[in-house]
Amino acid sequence: MNNIAAIFKKEFRSYFNSPIAYIFITFFLALSAWFFFRGFFLVGQAVMRGFFSWVPWIFLLFIPAVTMKLWAEEKKIGTVEILMTLPIKDYEVVIGKYLASFCLLGVTILLSLSIPITVAYLGEPDGGPILGGYIGLCLMGGAYLAIGMFASTITENQIVAFILGIVMCFGLLIIGEDIVLFNAPNWIVPIFSYLGLGAHFSSILRGVIDSRDLIYYFSVIGFFLYLSVLMITVQKWR
Amino acid sequence: MIEVINLTKRYGATVAVDNVSFDAKAGEVLGFLGPNGAGKTTTMRILTCYLSADGGTAKVDGYDVFEDSVEVRKRIGYLPESAPLYTDMGVIDYLKFIAQVRDIPKSQRSQRIKDVVDICGLEKMIQKDVGELSKGYRQRLGLAQSLIHDPPILVLDEPTSGLDPNQIIEIRNLIREIGKEKMVIFSTHILSEVSATCSRILIINDGEIVANGTPDELAGRARGEEVVHISIRGPREDIEAKLEELSLVSDFKRVKSDDDACAYQIVSQKGQNTAEELFHFVVQNHWSLTELRQEAISLEDVFLKLTGNESATQPTDV
Ligand SMILES: Nc1ncnc2c1ncn2[C@@H]1O[C@H](COP(=O)(O)OP(=O)(O)OP(=O)(O)O)[C@@H](O)[C@H]1O
Ligand SMILES: [Mg+2]
Repeated sequence: MNNIAAIFKKEFRSYFNSPIAYIFITFFLALSAWFFFRGFFLVGQAVMRGFFSWVPWIFLLFIPAVTMKLWAEEKKIGTVEILMTLPIKDYEVVIGKYLASFCLLGVTILLSLSIPITVAYLGEPDGGPILGGYIGLCLMGGAYLAIGMFASTITENQIVAFILGIVMCFGLLIIGEDIVLFNAPNWIVPIFSYLGLGAHFSSILRGVIDSRDLIYYFSVIGFFLYLSVLMITVQKWR
Repeated sequence: MIEVINLTKRYGATVAVDNVSFDAKAGEVLGFLGPNGAGKTTTMRILTCYLSADGGTAKVDGYDVFEDSVEVRKRIGYLPESAPLYTDMGVIDYLKFIAQVRDIPKSQRSQRIKDVVDICGLEKMIQKDVGELSKGYRQRLGLAQSLIHDPPILVLDEPTSGLDPNQIIEIRNLIREIGKEKMVIFSTHILSEVSATCSRILIINDGEIVANGTPDELAGRARGEEVVHISIRGPREDIEAKLEELSLVSDFKRVKSDDDACAYQIVSQKGQNTAEELFHFVVQNHWSLTELRQEAISLEDVFLKLTGNESATQPTDV
């Protein structure tokens, strides 16, 4: 616990010591405000559906940018050599780093609560979908973060980590989208639509939080964290 | 305390560490010496559990580096080559981070940090960010980081590179001081540094240990021979022809020749009064002697001989 806390503190602080956290937060808030008000003025309705349906695509660009440095930078400047010779277990480092990136996401999402507050002010929102939407954001973002971190363990080049992160998240997102499902062979459709990141998000958006969706997101997170630990361990055998 | 048996590490076709075995006890300062690419860093990385090996075992304090790596890491303080540090952290934050992960009780942390800051001469830098430090100060911070938990074993990869002469001397004294009770393994390219600080030297070449002994023992290896430097004024061909004939001389090399005199390095077997004999030799031939001196055989000669790579040494300094 102590070790995870130490890693978490170091990583979380390092986000705010560099421009990345501020850029992430500012852009995310600006984009979400834009999507929300565009919907508001076009439709004349204070609803958040438009905002939530855009988030998977916004995250696709932003989250790999948050996770790309987690391992790639350490490997590039060599600090990983001190880090991995401290008396810490590999999984503790992975979890500490993951939690730090998750909390950055958490802070951002908290700040974006200004939108539902505006919605409440402008009209009578339906609480269920909004709450569901925010829980969905956390789960979906959490899954993207785990994938992005795994991408960062693969390489020592942050740009490569960023692009790999986008590609992997995109892959997992697109297989559940209609464009792919319409063209896929029949037998694979249920598998794809189960594995797709977005499908579970849209069912949460409807305000029903099904345990199957929760299990899905937790498995994706667990799986990629596990892959990250594996990758870190394997790299000792270079 | 450290026991390394038949350690082997390959990178593709390169064998970085080739069947290396050695051991070391508390109270020893072990110097790793060897040309670039010899495998010093790789050996240290395996001992500190950063890399795994392809063969062999290594035990630290009875714990296997592959099986009980966390226990091993607790006992080692490690300064990697060129001291990689988080440039976006403050110096104090960095030391706090290491102290926390090193499990130093909260109540003792600030005292321990103060101690290592003192030892490494970092007082003036504690307000700065790591990224603002000069190379030498980064090296010192790296060293401070490795000392913070007062480890029984210290592994330092080129600890004095980038330091100013004063600090080099301080670090050497520190290594000697720590080495009295604990164990220090360090690598260097400065030959005089090992003879000044080590109780034992390992010379590594191409991944293999080619010598393992005290500085005196190693210098003694070359002592079977004697080298005399001599300058003679006289006809060059004549001198060289006569030198060839001289049974005392096992080998000679002209190091300088001008109108004035020719200088030679003469190698002979030990215990033959070479210098005296050479003096008589010059007098008998009615030449004149302008210089005659016995050359000390240094660790440098041993190093060059064992690693067979003349360009590998850097000039010895300090
Ligand atoms: N990550 C790596 N990938 C491939 N080969 C490597 C790697 N690290 C080291 N090597 C090779 O292993 C051999 C030993 O390297 P090592 O870094 O241990 O040498 P060294 O004795 O520390 O040299 P130096 O004095 O230059 O620091 C070299 O031939 C080097 O090229
Ligand atoms: Mg090295």
